[in-house]
Amino acid sequence: MRHHLLLAIGPARFRIGSAWRGPIDALRRLYAAYPQSSQDDAVADFTVRLEPAGIGRRWWRPSVRIAGDHHLPDAVPMALRHGLLAAEMGMNLQMALGWRRHLLIHASSVEKDGKVLVMAGESGSGKSTLAALLGERGWRLMGDEFALLDFATGAIHPFPRLVSLKNQAIDVMRREVDDAARFGPLMAATPKGDIAHLIPAAEAVSRMSEAAPPALLLFPRYGHAPDIRAVGEGEAFMHLTQASTNYVACGEAAFTALHRFVTTVPSIALDFSSGDEADRMIGRLWREYAG
Amino acid sequence: MSAALLASLLRAPQGAGRLGARDWNAVMAAARAERLLATLAFRLEGVALPDPVRAVLDDARFDAEREKRQALWEADRAAAALAPLGIPVVLLKGAAYAAAGLKAGEGRMIGDLDILVPRDRLEQAERALLAAGWEWVKPDPYDDAYYRQWMHELPPLIHRERDRMIDVHHTILPLTARPVPDAGAMIADRVDLGGGLSILSEEDRVCHAVAHLLADGDMAGGLRNLWDIRCLLSDIEDISRLEQRAALHGLAQPVARARRLCEHLFGRGSLDLGMVDQMFVARLLSADGWGRNGRRLLGQGFYVRSHLLRMPPLMLARHLWTKWRKGHRPA
Repeated sequence: MRHHLLLAIGPARFRIGSAWRGPIDALRRLYAAYPQSSQDDAVADFTVRLEPAGIGRRWWRPSVRIAGDHHLPDAVPMALRHGLLAAEMGMNLQMALGWRRHLLIHASSVEKDGKVLVMAGESGSGKSTLAALLGERGWRLMGDEFALLDFATGAIHPFPRLVSLKNQAIDVMRREVDDAARFGPLMAATPKGDIAHLIPAAEAVSRMSEAAPPALLLFPRYGHAPDIRAVGEGEAFMHLTQASTNYVACGEAAFTALHRFVTTVPSIALDFSSGDEADRMIGRLWREYAG
Repeated sequence: MSAALLASLLRAPQGAGRLGARDWNAVMAAARAERLLATLAFRLEGVALPDPVRAVLDDARFDAEREKRQALWEADRAAAALAPLGIPVVLLKGAAYAAAGLKAGEGRMIGDLDILVPRDRLEQAERALLAAGWEWVKPDPYDDAYYRQWMHELPPLIHRERDRMIDVHHTILPLTARPVPDAGAMIADRVDLGGGLSILSEEDRVCHAVAHLLADGDMAGGLRNLWDIRCLLSDIEDISRLEQRAALHGLAQPVARARRLCEHLFGRGSLDLGMVDQMFVARLLSADGWGRNGRRLLGQGFYVRSHLLRMPPLMLARHLWTKWRKGHRPA
């Protein structure tokens, strides 16, 4: 393809090709601190393609189809002005459908004192924003989208892609991070709402190959009066099988790893109504369970 | 096109030592697009490879192993559902290669379960599968009627708990196609595998794979099917028996073409191919280094051909008109 880039995030390497220059330039800038190379120098785990959605759609009302090694047959094409989001979605899709070297949990994760806090929940639960917030307040951000659980050791591996901020979370993080250069362009009215990307703090990127054992699993829920509730092992297990995109594909090893995870790591459901409140609650829980 | 590099690696795995990063990126994307990545992984067993290449190939093999396990379980379930009828259940394609441990099954991705049953027992087989949990997936009455009147198989069924598809064939080509294979002879000469399952004879396996690739369909993913044929041909002891069998099924010409294409792409030397054969080769090798079809126009030509093979022009016109009114547009 005319424009392309090879990019490493955590343990995975992506080869991203695009019919347009824009998305690749945006990736180069926002992922400047990550290992970048060309397809001539390194072998990728996955190929992502951003291609015109139909004849002539490279120029006329340019429209991006996300394709690659793994793709969804009826994915809706996106406007070129949302090309950066398309690239991110393409990479996420490869991980979700194709990654086999760890159990993939749809969860955010942050690390402190050599131990990992994993936050799982549905879209809108606040797990991504909380991870971004904690990543600016003394924790190391490991990932806002996927936590990679090691089959052999039970450790969590980082996958610190750009943090994808949606709607109100954009303003929350703009107040938190006093550096406009760490934000990507605001993409208004995408299929997922307003989106802006945040470049993780330098330490999150420089230490992206350092795994650590999990110490606490949270199920955060934004928009409720503050509350905490213990979650049973069985319930946590069922939630995580649903939150994993490769649980079935990885077979028995996935069952064993997840079983060990829920039987060795305490699980708490956490309701909260603001980031500061959640930060304080998490601080108390962390001292209690991981101190 | 990178598919040519893929074909040459399948033919001569030792060539892998000369490949650089750019070649690997291209050949693995093409192999993934052609559903041949795990097959390539098997072929490259024992060849020294860069670590990142080995990691991707190991993942592909892992997926192929799981697919094989699932396919064998589906075959077992179908055999159990059909056992009370006392009819032969002949496995076709991927599930057959896996069940019999054939070379063609090594690393092969297996999608649906394909079985062949005698045509006069088709209704009974359908009832038994419905009773065992399989359900219709073609709600459109035109599609359903079309399958039943003209196709070589029942409309596809999906199991409601396991979400896996089964295609129940009563012959190997649509009834509207020009060649009329002798399905009765295929079933009569089956090879028993035990457990209520059997597969086609060596010669009939080749005939079926060839009919599927060259006498039906638009050759999308055709390189994988040609690789199947190449492996199945290597199991043939007496080539004259294959020729006789192909003639019986009306497939002498397609089988001869498949042998030429195999020899050219996977054999010892390049044959002096005629123009039509060269078009087939170009179509088979159209995956580029990004996993795209690099020859769209040729693909569309073969799409038109597939419909002309499948039915006479007047019938095709009526069929396309009906599908158009229902909102279907070719991809």
